[in-house]
Amino acid sequence: MDAGDRVQLPGLDHGVQAVGPSRRADEGRRMSVAASEVQTPPDPTGKKSGFQLPGWAEKGLIPGVVLAIAALLPFIPSIGDKANLMQQMAVALAYVVMALGLNIIVGFAGLLDLGYVAFFAFGAFAVGWFASGHFAYVNDEKGIHFLVSGNTLNLPGIHFNFLIVLVIAIVLTTIAGMIIGLPTLRLRGDYIAIVTLAFGEIIGRLAVNLDETTILGGTPVTAGRQGISPVDRIDLPFFEPFTVLDKKPWYWFALFLVVIVLFVNFRLRDSRMGRAWVALREDEIAAVAMGVPAVKTKLMAYASGAAFGGISGAFLASLLNTVNADQFQFSFSILVLAMVILGGLGSIWGVVIGAIVLSIINNYLIPDVINGVPGDLGLEFDMTQITFAIYGFLLLLMMILRPQGLLPERRHKMELTEHAETTDETLYTARA
Amino acid sequence: MEAASIPAGPPASQRIKQLIGTYGLTAVLLLLPVIFAINDLSEQGNLVRLGENLVAGLSNGAIWALVAIGYTLVYGIVELINFAHGEIFMIGSFISASLIGTLGLTVDSSFIPVFFGLLVALVVAMIGSGTLNVLIERVAYRPLRNAPKLAPLITAVGMSFILQNVGLLWKGGNQQGVPDLLDAQKTLVTVFGVTIEHADLLSIVVTVPLLIVMTTFINRSRLGKAMRATAQDPEAARLQGINVDTTISLTFLLGGMLAGAAGLIYAMYQTTIWFFQGFTGGLIAFTAAVMGGIGNLRGAVLGGLIIGCIQQMSDNRLGSEWTPAIVFSYLVLIMVFKPSGLLGEQTRDAG
Repeated sequence: MDAGDRVQLPGLDHGVQAVGPSRRADEGRRMSVAASEVQTPPDPTGKKSGFQLPGWAEKGLIPGVVLAIAALLPFIPSIGDKANLMQQMAVALAYVVMALGLNIIVGFAGLLDLGYVAFFAFGAFAVGWFASGHFAYVNDEKGIHFLVSGNTLNLPGIHFNFLIVLVIAIVLTTIAGMIIGLPTLRLRGDYIAIVTLAFGEIIGRLAVNLDETTILGGTPVTAGRQGISPVDRIDLPFFEPFTVLDKKPWYWFALFLVVIVLFVNFRLRDSRMGRAWVALREDEIAAVAMGVPAVKTKLMAYASGAAFGGISGAFLASLLNTVNADQFQFSFSILVLAMVILGGLGSIWGVVIGAIVLSIINNYLIPDVINGVPGDLGLEFDMTQITFAIYGFLLLLMMILRPQGLLPERRHKMELTEHAETTDETLYTARA
Repeated sequence: MEAASIPAGPPASQRIKQLIGTYGLTAVLLLLPVIFAINDLSEQGNLVRLGENLVAGLSNGAIWALVAIGYTLVYGIVELINFAHGEIFMIGSFISASLIGTLGLTVDSSFIPVFFGLLVALVVAMIGSGTLNVLIERVAYRPLRNAPKLAPLITAVGMSFILQNVGLLWKGGNQQGVPDLLDAQKTLVTVFGVTIEHADLLSIVVTVPLLIVMTTFINRSRLGKAMRATAQDPEAARLQGINVDTTISLTFLLGGMLAGAAGLIYAMYQTTIWFFQGFTGGLIAFTAAVMGGIGNLRGAVLGGLIIGCIQQMSDNRLGSEWTPAIVFSYLVLIMVFKPSGLLGEQTRDAG
């Protein structure tokens, strides 16, 4: 790492060009030139010469301020007192984590995944299996307890500390991601979408149907539509155990997850792996010819995207206090995909905004605002029924009007905005 | 010089891959049916049970074949997996069920009104679904004709959600019964102990002529020729004076009409309709299309019949709640072993 690399903070240069080793020297020179430009910006007016923040501070300023405001939000009495609002904000942040995970698969690597809910399901089941009374007959109905405190110690079933459950969730979903990734290795485009969709559906059906298959002394594998409930609440070392009534700790924990996931996301994007993903997305044949290992790269995209889905699934299961097979439906995959597309495929901040906007629409706008409209017009009609029609309409409008999303990724040619025109097609449009 | 350096045959790994590609799919396809067939034979000690499964499977498969043709036609011509196609099929079911209700047909109606009622329902469902499919193409896919493939795929998913909710508002969230006009309990004919019911007959009577007309239309007529030309190369077709837009609309019309017909048969066969039937049904039919080789008409029919049989056997053996999981597992296995399907050619996407 030369000085140029360090000053070039995320987002400035992580293009396809930097992948091949033969170009590295040239790239380094180019980057240090760019870096020197950043360090001594041209100063035509002379107004800014008095005070200049270092590059990293300038980059981190807005996110830092937003984060500080977000962290302090529960201290505002009128906001912090409303448990419902806090709960919905925590859910929105969990969606952000999920959308960021899907963004790695679809946005970075260009592998359209329509079965993302499978990863969410594995994360949720990590909680259902390892942090609840589901396996009640284990250890002579005395249960297995590991690093948990309070009332939980007396309950039967398997009870691990939530942080351990998170690790289990990550491991489970990473494996699931690899398995889902394997069949797609030879495929492209629509075919990947179909295989992942089939996997998502299979996992969903298993979650529903495995309630009759028993393991470990007669406990069903899943609780089907009835759901595993209650599950353990988050129990962190040095903190009071989270409670159902006070949603503030949940919100902070979600915020903490988002920050970590964001950090990992930026680092991943700028890493060698991240550039390999982009290279594969842009042109698989060229990337492979330049020495990008296609198998490893694709599997890594699925694995890391899946891990985030698992984290989010585990958190949401604990927050909602249930692991229910009805959560794992195709529409949920589409909801997350809509977040990614709404924000802008591949754009990390865009996806964050997309996830927040859609969860506001989902949890607030449709049930609280729009739902009243038919009633005001004298109609007996429940708007929440057609939530997914609204999403469908949104997807449609988005694709036709602004396919690149709200906050498109700045630097890269994207799957959705690329011009699919070849020379032949130019001829054909010219003659038409 | 260069020719000499090329090895005589493909390397061993390549050869194994080829072997898997050639026989893998066949093995995969036959695995489950063979197990079930052996099970049928050993349990009953005769062929009756197997025969009944086959009859039910084939008439069920005829429905999927009709829907699968819609997927295959559209994919062949615009390279789009029309996610909304399953919902077109569902709307076809809803139209025919509503029409049967409006016409006042019940279980007690005699043969003549039932016959003409079903005929009217078939025609209206076909026209309705076909028109709807054309409209969807106009609104959702045509503006994205030159966009990359991801965009129309996502609008298709969005469209499918919209249609699903239309169905939800139309008939409610629960399964709705359809009068069992054909009285499926009543056996039509028994061949070697295998009973064939009226619903089986309906599925054959509707499907076979439609398929014949369809194949003839595509292979013989001018418009069919234009469709095939457009599927081959839209630019060249346009240069030859073919109106590509009209041809694509026609393709969507034909696919939608077949889906509408399938919707009627489904409603009569299952005697229930549901707003969600299009999603699962669409995926099953899509599996059929992929199994036969997407873009290939005969493949779609063949795949539909095979999937119908698999579905029937799985319904009988594992229970109907497992059937979608089995069908989707098949989909994944086909994708792994031979994404180009039984009769299809290798495409760019299907690695």
